[in-house]
Amino acid sequence: MAEPMGFFTDTTVCIGCKACEVACKEWNQLPATNGGRNTLSGNSYDNTRRLDGIHWRHVKFIEQFTPDRAEGRWLLMSDVCKHCVRAGCLEVCPTGAIFRTEFDTVVIQSDVCNGCRDCIAGCPFGVIDMNPVSGTAQKCTLCYDRMRASLEPACAKACPTDSINFGTIRELRAMAEKRVGQLQAAGEKRAYLYGADEKMLGGLNSFFLLVDRPEVYGLPPDPQIPSRNLKPSSAWSLLAAVAVGFMGIVSFRNRGGRPHA
Amino acid sequence: MPSTYFTAPPQWHWLIILYFFVGGIAGGSYFLAVLFDLFGRITDRPLGRLGYLIAFPLVVLCGLLLTVDLGRPERFWHMLIQSGTWRPMLKAYSPMSVGAWGLLGFGFFSFLSFLGAIGDAERSRWPRLRVLRPPRMLGALVAIVGAFFALFISGYTGVLLAVTNRPIWSDTPLLGLTFLVSSASTSAALLTLLGWRRRWAATGLHALANFDRLVLVFEFIALIALIVSLGSIAQVWLNAWGALLVLGVMVAGILIPLALHSRARVLSGVAVPVAAVLILAGGFLLRVVIVLSSEAV
Repeated sequence: MAEPMGFFTDTTVCIGCKACEVACKEWNQLPATNGGRNTLSGNSYDNTRRLDGIHWRHVKFIEQFTPDRAEGRWLLMSDVCKHCVRAGCLEVCPTGAIFRTEFDTVVIQSDVCNGCRDCIAGCPFGVIDMNPVSGTAQKCTLCYDRMRASLEPACAKACPTDSINFGTIRELRAMAEKRVGQLQAAGEKRAYLYGADEKMLGGLNSFFLLVDRPEVYGLPPDPQIPSRNLKPSSAWSLLAAVAVGFMGIVSFRNRGGRPHA
Repeated sequence: MPSTYFTAPPQWHWLIILYFFVGGIAGGSYFLAVLFDLFGRITDRPLGRLGYLIAFPLVVLCGLLLTVDLGRPERFWHMLIQSGTWRPMLKAYSPMSVGAWGLLGFGFFSFLSFLGAIGDAERSRWPRLRVLRPPRMLGALVAIVGAFFALFISGYTGVLLAVTNRPIWSDTPLLGLTFLVSSASTSAALLTLLGWRRRWAATGLHALANFDRLVLVFEFIALIALIVSLGSIAQVWLNAWGALLVLGVMVAGILIPLALHSRARVLSGVAVPVAAVLILAGGFLLRVVIVLSSEAV
């Protein structure tokens, strides 16, 4: 198996140019929204709005302004599938369409997926959605086809500020920690890494440098794998089955008459 | 803000709600039929037969609903067979994968019991099929194994919802329990409705009424526990969904039927079918609220 590969996205140098979105759509031949008749969001420069089956990269425009708009800042973040080491989508997929590649990334095989949509509910980040053209669930593949040809993913290749960095997880973590140190030394004490270590879902192979709480970027503070509920939920259901069976036997048998057989 | 609020809805709507409801009734009807056959009186057998006759067609309907709901319905078999290797596809930790096999298994056993019920008719053209229904040995074996599948089908849908990351669904471990109990009450209500004022069902209906009273009390307690288990997440129901849950499911679907049951000493009274219809409507609304209120977050 090749060394685990992934993305390190440094949000502090993102300029919101959306070159990553365009490169992703072009390389992966993703269709336009509503057949090209997209409407503007009307409240932001962000008209992509969210990651879905035809937008595998999404540049978020987070506008933080005071009520009088005297002070403010933009937080820009190119969001993408996190390629979790413990991936919720991969766990719940009933067809085996979702698999882990030799690069430790998570890919949906569109020719196997039957569109049950369990992975959409299982993803802790809201990354996956249906592609209306293929009728299957889709998301970033970390350009699996390009990686197999020793090319870097299209988004990272197109990023003009190196906000999106591609490489081995080991190298990316070293780079990210160095960058956090650099920012903190420069006075940006809020800089930290989101998902770089194993504490979050065993590690995110696509992790981020942020300068505000995860919720501000639309990221869950404590993402979980769906299977955490499997045992307790099954145990309570089993208890209910026993109780209902007992009630049935009591109701049907204890009636002062003889059973038939 | 809870982490489940950052996830995307899977767009499971009316077909899935209908599947949850119909699947629950199929499993519940079969389970009650088995209880009638194994623990009831000889006079209960027609009502048990009705349970088998309901279960199998509803399982077929379940399969159709699930298939039509897929983004690629022609690939429904990918749930059971790996398309690349032709090996069986089973993930023990994926409720949907286990559920697909459970539905197949229940379909098989409910079909055998359906045949047994056809053979057990008074003037059946295929009397040999009676061997597939208790008290014959083979019939008892089919019924016992089928009853396990029936209970599984009644409750696994709640576990399936819990094993996600969606608000409400994954915030409580009690959905499977609630769905299973609701399946028992709704299937008893359906059998009561179909057997009402039929002479052959009279003694069985008394047993069903006793059973439904117990199960409705259990269901009410389960719903209270479900709301408590959600903690602060339950605030998402401070709207029309919550009103529907309390008034439609708990009051109209449980408390009023319980009150009607307690007054319906004479089973020919109109209170019995009214209670049954309310229980069925309440069971359907329960699934509507659980599924759509999470989808709306």
